[in-house]
Amino acid sequence: MRIGYYPGCSLEGSSKEYNDSLFAVAERCGITLETIKDWNCCGASAAHNLNHDLALSLPARSLALAASQGFAEMVVPCAACYSRLAGTQNEISNNVAVKTKIEGFIDLKLSAEVKILTVFEFLQKYIFPVADQYIIKKLDQKAACYYGCLYTRPKEIAAVEQIENPMEMDDAMAKAGATPIDWAFKTECCGAGLSVSRTDIVAKLSGRIIEDAVDRGAESIVVACPMCHMNLDMRRPEIKRQLKKELDIPVLFITQALGLSMGIPAFNLGLDKHYVSTDEVINCLAEKEA
Amino acid sequence: MSEQFEPKIIAFVCNWCTYAGADLAGTSRTKYATNVSIIRFPCTGRIDFMLLMKAFENGADGIIVSGCHPNDCHYTSGNFHARRRWIVFRSLLDFMGFDTDRITFSWVSAAEGTKWAGLVDEVTEKIREKGPFTEFKQLDLSTLEKIENDAITK
Amino acid sequence: MARIGVFICHCGENISATVDVVKVAEKAGKLSGVAYSTDYKYMCSDPGQTLIIDAIKEHKLTGIVVAACSPRMHEGTFRKAAEKAGINPYLCEMANIREHVSWVHPKSDATTQKALDIVRTMVAKVKKNTALFPIKVPVTKTALVIGGGIAGIQAALDVANAGHKVIMVEKKPSIGGHMSQLSETFPTLDCSQCILTPRMVEVAQHPNITLHTYAEVESVSGFIGNFDVKIKMKAKSVDMSKCTGCGACWQKCPSKKIPDEFNEGMGFRTAIYSPFPQAVPNKPVIDRLNCTYFTKGGKCGLCKKVCPAGAINYDAVDEFIDVKVGAIITATGFDLKHADYFPEYGYGQFKDVIDGMQFERLASASGPTAGEIRRPSDGKVPEKIVFVACAGSRDKAKGIEYCSKICCMYTAKHAMLYKHKNHEGKAYVFYMDIRATGKDYDEFVRRAIEEDEVQYIRGRVSRIYEKNGKLMVKGVDTLMNSTPVDIEADMVVLATAVVANHDAEPLAQKLHISYNKHKFFAEAHPKLKPVETNTAGIMLAGACQSAKDIPESVSQASASASKAIGLFSSNELTREPIVAVVNRQAPPNFTSCTGCLLCQEVCPYHAIESEEIKDRGGNLIKVAAKVNAGLCQGCGTCVAMCRNKSIDLQGFSNDQMLSEVMALLNT
Repeated sequence: MRIGYYPGCSLEGSSKEYNDSLFAVAERCGITLETIKDWNCCGASAAHNLNHDLALSLPARSLALAASQGFAEMVVPCAACYSRLAGTQNEISNNVAVKTKIEGFIDLKLSAEVKILTVFEFLQKYIFPVADQYIIKKLDQKAACYYGCLYTRPKEIAAVEQIENPMEMDDAMAKAGATPIDWAFKTECCGAGLSVSRTDIVAKLSGRIIEDAVDRGAESIVVACPMCHMNLDMRRPEIKRQLKKELDIPVLFITQALGLSMGIPAFNLGLDKHYVSTDEVINCLAEKEA
Repeated sequence: MSEQFEPKIIAFVCNWCTYAGADLAGTSRTKYATNVSIIRFPCTGRIDFMLLMKAFENGADGIIVSGCHPNDCHYTSGNFHARRRWIVFRSLLDFMGFDTDRITFSWVSAAEGTKWAGLVDEVTEKIREKGPFTEFKQLDLSTLEKIENDAITK
Repeated sequence: MARIGVFICHCGENISATVDVVKVAEKAGKLSGVAYSTDYKYMCSDPGQTLIIDAIKEHKLTGIVVAACSPRMHEGTFRKAAEKAGINPYLCEMANIREHVSWVHPKSDATTQKALDIVRTMVAKVKKNTALFPIKVPVTKTALVIGGGIAGIQAALDVANAGHKVIMVEKKPSIGGHMSQLSETFPTLDCSQCILTPRMVEVAQHPNITLHTYAEVESVSGFIGNFDVKIKMKAKSVDMSKCTGCGACWQKCPSKKIPDEFNEGMGFRTAIYSPFPQAVPNKPVIDRLNCTYFTKGGKCGLCKKVCPAGAINYDAVDEFIDVKVGAIITATGFDLKHADYFPEYGYGQFKDVIDGMQFERLASASGPTAGEIRRPSDGKVPEKIVFVACAGSRDKAKGIEYCSKICCMYTAKHAMLYKHKNHEGKAYVFYMDIRATGKDYDEFVRRAIEEDEVQYIRGRVSRIYEKNGKLMVKGVDTLMNSTPVDIEADMVVLATAVVANHDAEPLAQKLHISYNKHKFFAEAHPKLKPVETNTAGIMLAGACQSAKDIPESVSQASASASKAIGLFSSNELTREPIVAVVNRQAPPNFTSCTGCLLCQEVCPYHAIESEEIKDRGGNLIKVAAKVNAGLCQGCGTCVAMCRNKSIDLQGFSNDQMLSEVMALLNT
């Protein structure tokens, strides 16, 4: 069965390592992901801030293309892209008038329903059933899994089962041999799009997240969203400046963590692309117990 | 034809909502067309739709069926049954080639006197435009009786 | 041979201004079956009614049509007049030529013609009218009150004091309900148990009230005035007739660590227990699920050894009794939304995050901390308490869109109680709105703010987490430019949503009463019938209908009691005969009804039963539908549903309605 893949702008740019590590893990497990041809930007925050029709049309076009290219499923690793695509699909499928209008704008038919898979669902459905044979190392670490905001709202399309205390990444990290910790900032705001316009606010909010993780003994923070990663990793210098603390806890994408436990070389997982060094994580790799 | 066609319209309404709404239109002295006469039922759920056919058979040009709004039925669910009945009946009439627009199904509450008046005027004009209802031919009962008698005597 | 009288009213000028009433009377007189026709200025007046009565007698009328105002106005008036004249009141019909004709049309031939059309229609109908007689249903003058909280207690006392018998069923070992768990009540800060316990004792001692505690309703059948109820008396394992309430048993009981329901899990009780010191009856029961004797095959047995009265009976079994009642009052109360519903507040995870009822137990002198507000985790007195209002209520995402009504008041009360006991302590209330609508309620909240220095912050709490032994409360102050407010609290009290009793749905199904999606029982009409249900004879009292405070529960209880008392005011219940009837014929048909029972399915009042028709030898001929005239409300849905017209509605029969249609269209 062919599995479609929608990277979104971030995975081809600022979060290329998320893309690379996902493909590395998939390839290791014998799964092929096919990128949707001619996919377009999902609109992110910009579109829905400006115009509701535009906000629906952009994701709708990618969905229509995926359907016409014969994909029954499509993996969308970026949380924002997921939110826009799933949200659009939800709105259109519940309202025939809206569906007809959007079909008019994009000049394509939205007939077949493409099932949108979050990275969690992809891992759950395709990777974990076969992962045991591929996970050869143990990521001997305490990991704080950070889910951010978009995976937990709105209720109709939430990507996690327990929106106040999600466990999907925690379970995945346990499979990788790590010890996920219980902490209070799993779904607290990191500052999101204020990353550029009000970096000071991001520094404060993301700083709190990192502080709580570190206070509770976490040795790495694990994310599944390019925005989360950017604020927790790339904005670290500002965070350190504001908090006046040397906080060097590394931030990994869930696919990178899994990839390490599968013995995939760090370079192939893009671990060199981070602002905060991930050497400590790599050093924590131990032999998996029999 | 100098005289305008005056349609004869019967309204089958429920006692608790539409009848009271029509009373309110009266108390408020709202003026509306004379063409609609009301027959009072305890509930729209009581209305046997074959009675509508009898009305058309005997000279009605149009019919209104009106009761309490869904969820407001004095007897809880009578209007739901009436609505379902109407949907099925309308399909049947459609299939038979009957102009279902001659029957108007609506909800008028006890507080909606103005709505009742407006409904009467609207339906009156609609039926006036359609003209008198002549498609329904009186069943020739004598022929039917003869057929029956023949069958018995044979 | 029909002899119909037609009476056209002028109604002053209301009708005669636009309708030629004389002409209508004249033409009506020529209708087939009309023996007498006249007009008069004011038919409903004394002389008008006398005119009708005299005409009925003089012209030996068999039925009358009064063409005047709406029947919704004066049908009753003219029916009584007919009765006075000696004919059955249901042989009188009204033709509405005022609200539906004279008031809405201008003076014209068409208007007069329409009035005549309507008169003709009603004459055709009344010719098909038959004499109808009010339906009499016997009444058992005993009320069943389900639930022994304040609402149930009030209702029971009201009915008992009116001289009727009451049976009260309470599923807990003691009556008192949630009110017995409260420390003080708003807005007076009255000691809750002080005002409640005298009532509880009154119930127990009242000669008209039979109290069954530790009992539940098993099944209900029958109808208004005639309910058959089966009550399950759960095995108490203690013989109530021998037990003196001395307490030797629970003092000696070795199982001392059972989480105490009365103290909302913040204290412990023994396996043989009386829920609280003022319990009524003040005799213990054995919790068999946690008693060593029952869980470990006969071990222990200490209570039996120490009981001076020999009242312990391990072999007791659940018993069932059957009672007959005439009215049922449901007063089953509410529950509070619990534990794992608030992961964002750490409720269930952090010991010092508690709900409102748990705080009541802390504040209560008879509670686990003897009335001192202490943290459940380490027993220390909290210096900062945060109260979170609207925890769960008014929240579509949480599935509880309604307002729980009592929390604004009890939160203010809790904050005040805390401050009264800890003058130096800090109390914060995060709120959305303040709903303090009762008498002296708003003043009460102002007192908390102005006199007791409780700090009210308008904003919601997004998250509570634990750090270094403190509870970090993250909220916002929306009146101060939405500034985030972080408080390091020692304790958090959540005003969790009021929800229906968890047993509400099965009970409602047993009683055949409706309930909404939140399992609150449905009243017959939200505005005008707040204490009755759609099931005749079953009333509602208290929070089982919707969240409410004590004064409202008591009012509603008295209201439902008055309905029961009204029902019991005569030996028979008289009902309007506008009811459905399934035909019965002579053998060999017995009835044209085929027993498909589609009518039964659609009846909103469960008024249709199936009847087995048997021959003289007792052999079953057929099963047919039968209408319970005591329950039927006369909507006629069954009539329209019947496939072969075996069921008809008195007063609006198929014949009557057809004759109306035919007469209206055929001049």
